[in-house]
Amino acid sequence: MADAVKRVAFFAVLILLWGVIAARGVWDSTLFPGPLKVAQTLWEQFHSGALVSATAISLRRVLIGYGISLVVGVPLGILLARQRNLEVTVGTLVSGFQSLPSICWLPLALLWFGLNDRAILFVVVAGSLVSITVAVQDGVKNLPPTYVKAAQTMGTPPFRIYTDVLLPASLPSILTGAKLGWGYAWRALMSGELLFVSLGLGQMLMQGRELADMSQVIAVMIVIMALGLLTDRVIFGSLERHVRRKWGLATG
Amino acid sequence: MPKLVVKGLDKQFRHLDKRVSALSNISLEVQDGEFLILVGPSGCGKSTLLNIIAGLDKPDSGSVAMNGVPIKGPGPDRALVFQDGALFPWLDVQKNVEFGLRQNGYSRTQAAEKATHYLNLVGLIKVAESDLHTLSGGMRQRVAIARALALEPEVLLMDEPFSALDAITREDLYVELQDVWKKSGSTIVFVTHNVREAVTLGDRVILLAADPGRIQAEFPVNIRRPRHIDDVEVARTAQQISHAMKVGRSSKDNSTEQVVTFSG
Repeated sequence: MADAVKRVAFFAVLILLWGVIAARGVWDSTLFPGPLKVAQTLWEQFHSGALVSATAISLRRVLIGYGISLVVGVPLGILLARQRNLEVTVGTLVSGFQSLPSICWLPLALLWFGLNDRAILFVVVAGSLVSITVAVQDGVKNLPPTYVKAAQTMGTPPFRIYTDVLLPASLPSILTGAKLGWGYAWRALMSGELLFVSLGLGQMLMQGRELADMSQVIAVMIVIMALGLLTDRVIFGSLERHVRRKWGLATG
Repeated sequence: MPKLVVKGLDKQFRHLDKRVSALSNISLEVQDGEFLILVGPSGCGKSTLLNIIAGLDKPDSGSVAMNGVPIKGPGPDRALVFQDGALFPWLDVQKNVEFGLRQNGYSRTQAAEKATHYLNLVGLIKVAESDLHTLSGGMRQRVAIARALALEPEVLLMDEPFSALDAITREDLYVELQDVWKKSGSTIVFVTHNVREAVTLGDRVILLAADPGRIQAEFPVNIRRPRHIDDVEVARTAQQISHAMKVGRSSKDNSTEQVVTFSG
């Protein structure tokens, strides 16, 4: 409870400070709108439906791309950790891709898929797949080797070592990877939408710039941050708490 | 016919580009229902030997056969209790014990029944639905034992299962394990470096020596059960074995330079 109070107080002070600075007119109010102006824009955009539909479009894109990354990345990470031949070949490629910012894929994606949703999905997957894969791979590599040995001595068939032992055992690292991947997917989407794709929150940002409407830019930025906080705290937070409780890990 | 026949096992490891003999010409037999202990200093290859019997490791030469059938790989007929328990933290106590059963085609209800029976046997039925991290170290090892026993293995293999526990918990478990062994009629091969533990538990103690890992001596233990680690007879036999171990080690020291010379 005390934490929530501190949090609210902190943001209240921050917004107050923002309001004071904006009111003193240090910068031009079109370039540095105050919190009231931003709140007003936020309300208008919300009311007109523009913000809601942009959010829905962006969320849809990121969820599809992220979903693909999860479905491919988790099994791939487990396989890379267990299969030496895959690790030295595909694993090296994956590490290479990891150092490549996902937006670098955009020119290729545009040529391959054209100016459409598939190009943006490609960039989102490129952004999150690798980070999920690597996190899961690391997690599986750090599992106590006795888990697999114990399962083998209990007569577990090879395939079920993956499904019944490695998959559940690496749940904590899958969660870490999923969280990381979500961040990357979201970033990749925003860069992609900013640069070219129609509709979505990224485009609303650009629109604000073109209309020289900084209150719209800030309003959209606040929405993006709020969405990020929401997924991090509510979805990942509760999953993490559940796993930590089950595993008996320190609750941070 | 003996339950388990180990014949002429050899195993070498690479260490700093030198080949080190982990096991050299190991032959032994385990009788049905016997409680056999493998004891020896670290580096004598006792855990390697157990892993080979479990099928987790392969010998360079020699063979292991159970009921006359050569061992090809790991299997539930030779369930192994690990030093760290190797329990699965994503499952509760009951589900941990059911795990192996479910892998071997038992239905949900059959597995549950059997798990309940063995949790009862190790006195843990009250915590069946608990998560592992709420259990003490001793309770966890009892879960590990129940998990292995539930598979009703031909031979139960135990790799220093009590070495991470405190002395008091350990002593309780010595009594309990003897009791469980008597009730279940299992054959047990138990690895330890603790000579007193060996004498407290075993029908027979095989002493291994290191460099190369080999059988140095064998001690039948005919002390009446249930034994306690502080029994005078246990102490006396343990002393004999400890003495033999020291002799083995000093003779090893003399010969080390000729057998293995580590660089540097």
